[in-house]
Amino acid sequence: MNNVSIQHINKQYGEVIALKDITIEIKPGELFGLIGPDGAGKTTLFRILTTLILADSGTATVCGLDVVQGMKEIRKRVGYMPGRFSMYQDLTVEENLNFFATVFNTTVEENYDLIKDIYVQIEPFKKRRAGKLSGGMKQKLALCCALIHKPDILFLDEPTTGVDPVSRVEFWDMLDKLKAQGITIMVSTPYMDEASRCDWIALMKDGQCLTINTPDQIRKSFDKKLYAVRSENMYQLLQGLRQYPGTYSCYTFGDSNHLALKKGWEDISKVKDYLKEKGYTDVTIEPIEATIEDCFMNLGKEDQ
Amino acid sequence: MRTIKYLLEKEFKQIFRDKIIFGVIFIVPVFQLSILPFAANFELKNISIGIVDEDHFEYSQQLTEKILSSGYFHLKDVSSSYEEGMKAIESNTTDILIEIPNHFERDLGKEGKAEILIAANAVNGTKGGLGSAYISSIIQSFNEELGYSEPLAEGIVTTNLFNPHLDYKHYMVPGIMVFLLTIIGGFLAALNIVSEKEKGTIEQINVSPVPKSAFLLAKLIPFWVISLLLLTISMFIAWLLYGLIPVGSFWIIYVFAFVYLIAFTGFGLLISAVSSTQQQAMFSAFFFIIIFALMSGLFTPINSMPDWAQTITLFNPVRYFVEVMRMIYLKGSTFSDIAGQFGVICLFAVVFNTLAVVGYRKSS
Repeated sequence: MNNVSIQHINKQYGEVIALKDITIEIKPGELFGLIGPDGAGKTTLFRILTTLILADSGTATVCGLDVVQGMKEIRKRVGYMPGRFSMYQDLTVEENLNFFATVFNTTVEENYDLIKDIYVQIEPFKKRRAGKLSGGMKQKLALCCALIHKPDILFLDEPTTGVDPVSRVEFWDMLDKLKAQGITIMVSTPYMDEASRCDWIALMKDGQCLTINTPDQIRKSFDKKLYAVRSENMYQLLQGLRQYPGTYSCYTFGDSNHLALKKGWEDISKVKDYLKEKGYTDVTIEPIEATIEDCFMNLGKEDQ
Repeated sequence: MRTIKYLLEKEFKQIFRDKIIFGVIFIVPVFQLSILPFAANFELKNISIGIVDEDHFEYSQQLTEKILSSGYFHLKDVSSSYEEGMKAIESNTTDILIEIPNHFERDLGKEGKAEILIAANAVNGTKGGLGSAYISSIIQSFNEELGYSEPLAEGIVTTNLFNPHLDYKHYMVPGIMVFLLTIIGGFLAALNIVSEKEKGTIEQINVSPVPKSAFLLAKLIPFWVISLLLLTISMFIAWLLYGLIPVGSFWIIYVFAFVYLIAFTGFGLLISAVSSTQQQAMFSAFFFIIIFALMSGLFTPINSMPDWAQTITLFNPVRYFVEVMRMIYLKGSTFSDIAGQFGVICLFAVVFNTLAVVGYRKSS
């Protein structure tokens, strides 16, 4: 039973509400993503599930074991990679790996198959101290150490934060391979574009779950007309679009402004007229499909 | 057992790899033992005196010479009046002013007594107090030489027991060893644990099946070992530099030191349980170490503290070990002599470690 079940979890730090009535089910063998900005409560949720802190109310089970009563057993069966690099920086790559293997009463040889693909990439540096590794190498070492005892469930807290785009893609490829071996993976990330790599995602904001579904379903549930609007002066264009009475929301995404229109204002030619009237020239408008980030912004706006 | 062994292996690797800490651990005893005993010397020398000699006859000359030849004083100022002499004290040129009044020799010859004024700057109380006491005793013996005061019939013979030459260094060295164990054993261990908290590495251990007790024990054992090694080195240095060898048994010193270390690492654990950064741990450790040091009798005798302060020293583990080290080193006390202190230290060990365990339970 490599599943995770979270029922009505609440956690408060003084006045600050870190988690508010969170309920999530993760099925065995699933790659589940917690997507949300900093301060959404992702790390707090991980710390509750990995038995590091206690929730104020609600229950959670990991591998079918209660996070309070089954604490000791859970610790043997999960792998956790905290957001901060927490290998011993003054020990070498090899020593870290051996150390964590021993801590979990196993050996590197015993589960070498599992980490082989990842470890071969850092093996040339095995005599180097962990603190002297590059960012991407550190992540790989941390992942190896989290995997070395062949956990049933892997908790990865923002594993790709601060890692270059190429290494990020590589990292997700590695997760796919691990998933193929039957390991349930719960991963958090602030990068919305990584959401599509997950089977299921929960969009989180300010300690709440905005929605839980597959990335496709979430995108499909976007219920407004969406357009990408570009021009020379993007900032002025953003201001202009926001003043348009039919605008539901407008945010800048990379090189374009994503404009969502209110119900009853869907006629895009009116937008073109409005912009012409305002003196915007060389404007291009094209209809687009919603991305996860559009959905997140939309859900966040509705929530307010 | 296997876990502890691996944890220990990791700890030792880390300690040996931190070149600075490792260096300091071994430089500290050498420096402390070779410098401190000379610096922390409470014998007063080089007291500056000013003399106002209004008499200018033979006796006043003789008295001045006698005072200066004692070796404790330097003549820094000769004034013609009391007011001028006071100015030298006010400007810190002199610490003590001696005024030999006009007709000193005449009065002494005629009436068999004469007056001398001693004024001491008491801003530095020790210097003022001890300095004027030295001068009084010099004048006393001057009197005797001249036959004006009747010497005591039998005479007083002083014998200094256990430290016959009143060598201050012999008194300081055993105490400094205690201080050394306190720093290394107690505070370094605390800082070491807190650094794992700060770096976040403790998280990885916490989510593993390693029991907290094994983790902590593996943290403390290296510092016990290092501390006892340092104690050995210190005793060697004490012999090398000062020719000091404990009169009592080495065995008692080691047993006592070990229990003391358990107590003090317990104290360190307590600090590490309540701190989450090395800065916090360092600061709270520093606060205690100063109080422990000043109230341990290492530098100033406990007997001369006010009653309330003496009561406070009873709660200071350092006090007992300093006492015991001096007793064993200088007096050759046996185990039954120090059984009281041993009991108290055992109690400290139990209390500190219990509190630390409670502290860790609460924080997790």
